[in-house]
Amino acid sequence: MQMKEYKPLIVAFCCNWCSYAGADLAGNNRLNYPADVKIIRVPCSCRVNPMFILRAFQRGADGVIICGCHPGDCHYTSGNYFTRRRMALLFSMLDFLGIERERTRVEWVSAAEGAKFAATMNDFAEQVAALGENKRLEDLRCKR
Amino acid sequence: MQTITQKQLIDKAVSLLESGTVSWVIGWEKGEFDYDITPAVFKNAEDVKEKFVWNDFCGANFSKYLIAQTGKCEGKILVFLKPCDTYSFNQLLTEHRFDREKVYAVGIPCDGMVDISKVKAVCGEGISAISCDGENLSVTTIYSDAPVLVKTEDALLERCVNCKSKKHVAYDELLGEDGDVIDSARFDEVAKLEAMTPDERFAFWQNELSRCIRCNACRDACPACTCEKCVFNNPNSGVENKAAANSFEEKMFHIIRAFHVAGRCTDCGECSRVCPQNIPLHLLNRKFIKDINEFYGDYQAGAEVGSRAPLVNYTTEDLEPGEIFDRGDLDA
Amino acid sequence: MRKCSLTAIDTVFAEIAKSMPLYLPVDDSDGSASYRKWEEGKAWSEKLNTVSSPKDFFFPQMENLMEFKTEGKNIEVIDVRNETEDFAIFGVRPCDVKSFDVLDRVFLSEPVDSYYANRRAHGVIVSVACTRPSETCFCQTFGINPGEPCGDVSVWKTEKEIFFEANTEKGAEFLKKIDGLTEECGTEAVEKQREDINTIMNKLPLKDVTTEAFGGGKTMDFFNHPAWEELSQTCLGCGTCTFVCPTCQCYDIKDFNTGNGVVRYRCWDSCMYSDFTKMAHGNNRTSQKERFRQRFMHKLVYYPENNDGLFSCVGCGRCLAKCPISMNIVKVMKRIGGAENE
Repeated sequence: MQMKEYKPLIVAFCCNWCSYAGADLAGNNRLNYPADVKIIRVPCSCRVNPMFILRAFQRGADGVIICGCHPGDCHYTSGNYFTRRRMALLFSMLDFLGIERERTRVEWVSAAEGAKFAATMNDFAEQVAALGENKRLEDLRCKR
Repeated sequence: MQTITQKQLIDKAVSLLESGTVSWVIGWEKGEFDYDITPAVFKNAEDVKEKFVWNDFCGANFSKYLIAQTGKCEGKILVFLKPCDTYSFNQLLTEHRFDREKVYAVGIPCDGMVDISKVKAVCGEGISAISCDGENLSVTTIYSDAPVLVKTEDALLERCVNCKSKKHVAYDELLGEDGDVIDSARFDEVAKLEAMTPDERFAFWQNELSRCIRCNACRDACPACTCEKCVFNNPNSGVENKAAANSFEEKMFHIIRAFHVAGRCTDCGECSRVCPQNIPLHLLNRKFIKDINEFYGDYQAGAEVGSRAPLVNYTTEDLEPGEIFDRGDLDA
Repeated sequence: MRKCSLTAIDTVFAEIAKSMPLYLPVDDSDGSASYRKWEEGKAWSEKLNTVSSPKDFFFPQMENLMEFKTEGKNIEVIDVRNETEDFAIFGVRPCDVKSFDVLDRVFLSEPVDSYYANRRAHGVIVSVACTRPSETCFCQTFGINPGEPCGDVSVWKTEKEIFFEANTEKGAEFLKKIDGLTEECGTEAVEKQREDINTIMNKLPLKDVTTEAFGGGKTMDFFNHPAWEELSQTCLGCGTCTFVCPTCQCYDIKDFNTGNGVVRYRCWDSCMYSDFTKMAHGNNRTSQKERFRQRFMHKLVYYPENNDGLFSCVGCGRCLAKCPISMNIVKVMKRIGGAENE
């Protein structure tokens, strides 16, 4: 019997003004990044509530990445500064509970950085793939 | 044993009631045994004289009750606040949760409150009387002829063992002496967990959180949890649940709850005190406090009214989430 | 009556565990006890009782009822019920055994709850007498004798020995499994223990709490009692009392969307919660006073009214020990129960 090849499912929360446009640019430039990265567009990276991240894991994500404008470039002036604090604390807490710290990441990607977007996704997908399936924050009901 | 006496508190409450300064008194009411003390709202001096108690088992933090009670009371409410309670009091004021004008706060010194389960660990079940005798609790049980002596110091609540402050940060009037902020060892336990491997930490929390029965006592006792409708009670939130279906939901509840009070939690320790399953919930909150102190500079929620909580604040030089684990030696 | 030496207790457990899973109170890392599956190395707790009651075995806090899968326009309903295997719960206290009677009347009367009935039919209850009741115990109030454990098998533990007696056919079957490890004996030691327990019961601080004032048909005597306001004024509205209670039996049925289907499950509910019995029109109890009153009226008036006078409290004392604000049924009974309880 052939084992099904394991491919990590990655949820990327991308801010509308920079990172989502960055993803668009990556597409326009025909840059490759894994098809298992599912992009969710949010108005600003600070729209991402810790619950979104946990829910993504519950629903089967193996890794969650949040992408926003570079600090200082936020469309709403300061949104991503709040994201930075929140995610630093949340990631630290997840680590405190013994959940692999490599499963979460924050990356700043501007609308001009299509190449960075693709590279980031490739790198993150690789990093998550190395960890294997998300077992510590899984909900078996969602995996049947 | 408490330095301030029950009589002093009763006299204070009675005189404030009789002079008309206050209409109601939030205080501790005696129970069936010497240790099962219930928070109560006293509405006349007779009740205060008859039922008010103050002893080593008055752990309840009254700050949160002010939200509901100031809305109901016509006049002012007298509230007795231990030093740690004053931090919650300030934090609630910062968040505009009650009208300061309707409260008469009397600060009272506290020498630490006793955890009855620690007493029972020494003298067993069947307690018929407990009296405070200097540094000891004298416990009479139906199974022994002579009272068992338990050192008060050995039976304190976890939050009192690691007391962070004997200083009152808010009051209208202070009874007794004010103390100082204490350089406590409250983060030691967090540091110990941080030093473990992720697998050990995961096993530790899996064991602790699997005992959770989702009674919500931690949330409902927490002075920082004052949402009118909690996301976990809101059928429209998509995450409402009354029981944790699996270990994911156990973790979700506690992570989200701790995160929601991060930066606002004064570390009053009510969550751990009320947990029927003795889950060390304060460690989650202290982890956030410790991180905030290390990432963004020391911050004590409730130390002053109106201070900006770290999570609604920022600097352009803040640490990147990717850097938090690479800080190496923090002192360097 | 049969007995064996207390030192042989692990052998007894091992023998039982060969044929069915055996659950018993085990000490937890935090110093309390909870029911765990017995395996080599797990010791029977010396604690008086567990924090959570054994109702979980028959009426778990959360269980899946059925699942739905949709494909196109078809909905497939999947029955997730399985016949439970036989299991034994060892060391159940007499109050908790009585709580199963309370639950039975709810779940085994028509229409029978097949999920509950399935577990109940396969569980063997081994009850043990309480030699050291706590100050929070008031089982006598509800006619329970802690020296007289019932269940399928009664057990008395003395300093050196342990005595067994079967009360039901299921119990006799159970004792047969350990026949080789026990010997026939007289009842003297047990009689002695019963007497000792009686003496202790007379010393308990709550021995005089009585239900005299309560019971079916008393709704209007208590419903508008002025004390409810006062008693409930500092209630936090948490569910601790209801979740540690062995007789609380309210539940909620909900659907969980798994992303590829729906799981319909039920879980314990608490009358202390703001969304308890919430209906399309909204909520029928809008204040904590009303919710608080519901809990005690249910235990002391409504339930006995529908169940031949049986009260829905067994005096285990868990709510006395665990309520964050130490408000509990004893304080309520004393406050509104009239002169008999003064």
